[in-house]
Amino acid sequence: MTETTIPAKSAQKGDLATTREESRYLVPAVDIYENEEGLVVAADLPGVDKDGVSVHVENGILTIQGKSAWKPLGTAFLEEFGLMGYFRQFELPGEVDQGKIGGEFKNGVLTIRLPKAEKAKPVSIQVKAN
Amino acid sequence: MRTAWDLFRDMEDLRREMDRAFRNFGLPRWTSPITRFAFLPGEAARVYPLLNVSEDEHNIYVEALAPGLDTASLKISVVQGQLSISGEKPGLNGGVPREAYHRNERAAGRFVREITLPVEVDQEKATAEYKNGILLVTLPKSEAAKPRQITVKVG
Repeated sequence: MTETTIPAKSAQKGDLATTREESRYLVPAVDIYENEEGLVVAADLPGVDKDGVSVHVENGILTIQGKSAWKPLGTAFLEEFGLMGYFRQFELPGEVDQGKIGGEFKNGVLTIRLPKAEKAKPVSIQVKAN
Repeated sequence: MRTAWDLFRDMEDLRREMDRAFRNFGLPRWTSPITRFAFLPGEAARVYPLLNVSEDEHNIYVEALAPGLDTASLKISVVQGQLSISGEKPGLNGGVPREAYHRNERAAGRFVREITLPVEVDQEKATAEYKNGILLVTLPKSEAAKPRQITVKVG
């Protein structure tokens, strides 16, 4: 899976203030691994609630976006992190069955399952010996 | 057609490069407005979890950036003004073999982090909440540490 960056559609609106806001984003850390069923993508999106996550696939590009609901509390003594939106894109390999993509979001971790299309799954061939 | 040229995204990329280049300059990260928002897995792997400490009139708030924790393993304690948070961030279920990974950026493992609280707190009344991958510990200030209004008598 290759990483790509294509500006999000929402970032092309005319209003300067909104464009700017959406352009400041964090790149979430991800794990991507492969098993027999397909690919699994896990992304850390702390501070994002269920309604703030959006995952979509278009033209073979997987886009992960998260809107952070986090706000600083009170007066700061120590500030090691600040949260904004998250944004990251990956180009999907051709053998992913785009109709069957599923995912879940729990404790700030997004897990997306990308099943392989039937034709890309390994097939075992019986060899007859005489 | 790949992309329309997006000035702001390009500037953002440049800013990221700068953050990377100046990261190890020895200043605490929160002193610079440029690096304040830097959040990269390499950095987080050394000091984990990242903390924000803030206060209002009644409470001290400690927020820890820790997505995907095993909540059963979390231990939070306050001893003599020292707050200690320990726990475990489990790896992916069932131990995925190394060769199956395309990318492995998310850290996993056990962690301990201790900080000295800026004021005296009432540790009996401390509460903690884990929501959306952020752990929030609320520590009520002890009566002695709360600001007191002093009335001036005019005689």
